[in-house]
Amino acid sequence: MKGLLRRLGWIGLAALAIGLLAYGLEQVGLKPISLLEAGLLAMTPLALAAVGECVNEKAGVVNIGLEGILLITAVVGVWVAEQFNSGTAGLIGGMVVGALIGLVLGLLAVYGRADQIIAGMGVNIFALGFTPYLLMSLWAFPGIHIFPRELMVPRWTTPVGQISPVTLVAVLLAILAHILLHHTVLGFRIRAVGEKPEAVDVAGVRVDLLRLFTSILGGALCGLGGAFMPLAWFGGVVKEISAGRGFIALACVVFAGLEPLLALAAAFLFGLTEGIAYAVAVTPGVKERIPFYFVNMLPYITTLLVVALVIGQRRFPRTIGRPYARE
Amino acid sequence: MRRARPLLESLLAISIGLIAGGLLMLPFRYDPLKAYQALFQGAFGTPDDVLETLAFATPLMLTAITFAVGVRAGLFNIGAEGQMYMGAVSAVFAASFLPLPPGVHVLVATLVAMIGGALWSLIPALLKIGRGVHEVISTIMFNWIAFHLATYLAIYYLAEPGRAERTRPALPTARYPILAEGSTLTAVIFVAILFCLAVYFILWGTRLGYELRLVGENPEAARYAGVRIGRALLWSFLIGGMAAGLAGASQIIGRPPAWSLYATLGNVATLGFDGIGVALVGRNHPLGGILAAILFGALQHGGRFMEYHAGVVSELVRAVNGLIVITLAVPEIWTMLRRRLRR
Repeated sequence: MKGLLRRLGWIGLAALAIGLLAYGLEQVGLKPISLLEAGLLAMTPLALAAVGECVNEKAGVVNIGLEGILLITAVVGVWVAEQFNSGTAGLIGGMVVGALIGLVLGLLAVYGRADQIIAGMGVNIFALGFTPYLLMSLWAFPGIHIFPRELMVPRWTTPVGQISPVTLVAVLLAILAHILLHHTVLGFRIRAVGEKPEAVDVAGVRVDLLRLFTSILGGALCGLGGAFMPLAWFGGVVKEISAGRGFIALACVVFAGLEPLLALAAAFLFGLTEGIAYAVAVTPGVKERIPFYFVNMLPYITTLLVVALVIGQRRFPRTIGRPYARE
Repeated sequence: MRRARPLLESLLAISIGLIAGGLLMLPFRYDPLKAYQALFQGAFGTPDDVLETLAFATPLMLTAITFAVGVRAGLFNIGAEGQMYMGAVSAVFAASFLPLPPGVHVLVATLVAMIGGALWSLIPALLKIGRGVHEVISTIMFNWIAFHLATYLAIYYLAEPGRAERTRPALPTARYPILAEGSTLTAVIFVAILFCLAVYFILWGTRLGYELRLVGENPEAARYAGVRIGRALLWSFLIGGMAAGLAGASQIIGRPPAWSLYATLGNVATLGFDGIGVALVGRNHPLGGILAAILFGALQHGGRFMEYHAGVVSELVRAVNGLIVITLAVPEIWTMLRRRLRR
């Protein structure tokens, strides 16, 4: 509990720093509401990927292929949306494909006893080539595809600005994941599988099925995040659309010590950073002075700083990344 | 049989990767047989193609070293991409903007690039040693920072006047000689092979290499043996950085016709990630890496013919690379296959 409070303290400090920065930006002509809007949009894919991965890692399975899943599901999501003429269908399509990749990685990890880090990296490298291949094969145009505006998932107008329903889903899922992990039998088993799979096995619970389940769940959430990027945020897909977000999500997971709510907070922090980056890039008076390229580095530098500051106090499940076999 | 196992495993993974890649062509009505035929004919069909394949292999054997030396020390260093960008930018600076006498110039440009790559690996190394920051996160963040920094430098400071799409080309004194008329293979491949041999010697012939491998295989034992773990990790990062920096340089001062860095980084992008697959197929061994690099070089050079003759986008080759990596992650495939064969 003490650790949780300390982490919340860190987030409070960071939020304060960002609040001050936002105030400063307002002085030079930026609207904080648009900043919040941009921040929440940028938070969403990070939060979805990170929350799923928290549950997955609690069960002792690591998926560093989040980046690749985000990339592939971004493209597939757009394609499905065009087939069914509906953005929501695209989001579901992204989720399904994400779940499938999670299933494959889970099967390899559980039954193939694969090195999970290498397999996940394989997915990332695969996506690096498969995404441009898909873009070209589906739409016969290299590297980029813009879809009809009507397919965009509409945003809701709220007192704090335009908010995507997917963002609310992400927040809800983080809360649900917290409840799942800490207040249900299934969640207890998931945590136990990460710590002491042999005990869970002896108790008559299928270790393999639990790990498969978390791997699929993690993939599905990540896939929703991937499809969210073009369909509810950018309005198009490019071959490097994920831009390291899968790894920033991993940083959120590490920062959160596998707690979904903290992962959500971390995602919000990094999302706001990205929001500031966009805001700076379009603000007259600032954009002339700071080259766009440096603004672009902001999310990555923040991620590095945050991870470097808080790491070392984290405890991970005992069997994380290791396959389980009966003796 | 025992000694041949790693080789057989790699060959099996390559076959599975190629077959799965072929399956990916089917939904789009491409002909996998025609595509692969075009690929391998393009890669090895004529002596000129073989030289071209070797030119593609040169940076790959180096970025493979970055990953392999990391794995040998127990690290998952995937920062070759960014370190290579910084190496390429450093090479442009030294090769295009410093007027130096012939002979010295090539040497200086090569060294500057290696130092640039090594410096870019220094902070992830220190974060790992000092703060325990996992190298997967730090190196990826540094890759993206390097991408934006290199693009910025290329456009604002190193651009050729009137041609903003690329940097000023390397001065003739800084260029590695072309080995055969009409090919893009230059003498830089000898430097690359020499570097691989040097890493092989360091890993298996020196105290540092022994300590580095001990840290990778058994950190506990290394600590009891009095190995300074931080030092071993630092050298693993630095050697990797130098290799990636050299890989970047090889595309600037060792690769006609551009002799320069594109502002999009298009002529170096993804070579660092490609190196991961090369290293794994080469069993994280510097010499195995050379062989694997030739294979992946063939895929990349041949991929262009695949695109031309069968319409399959050459990037599919990178997807095949990923599939090979995924296959190599699963040792059980080999065990299962052997059980089947024995029956």
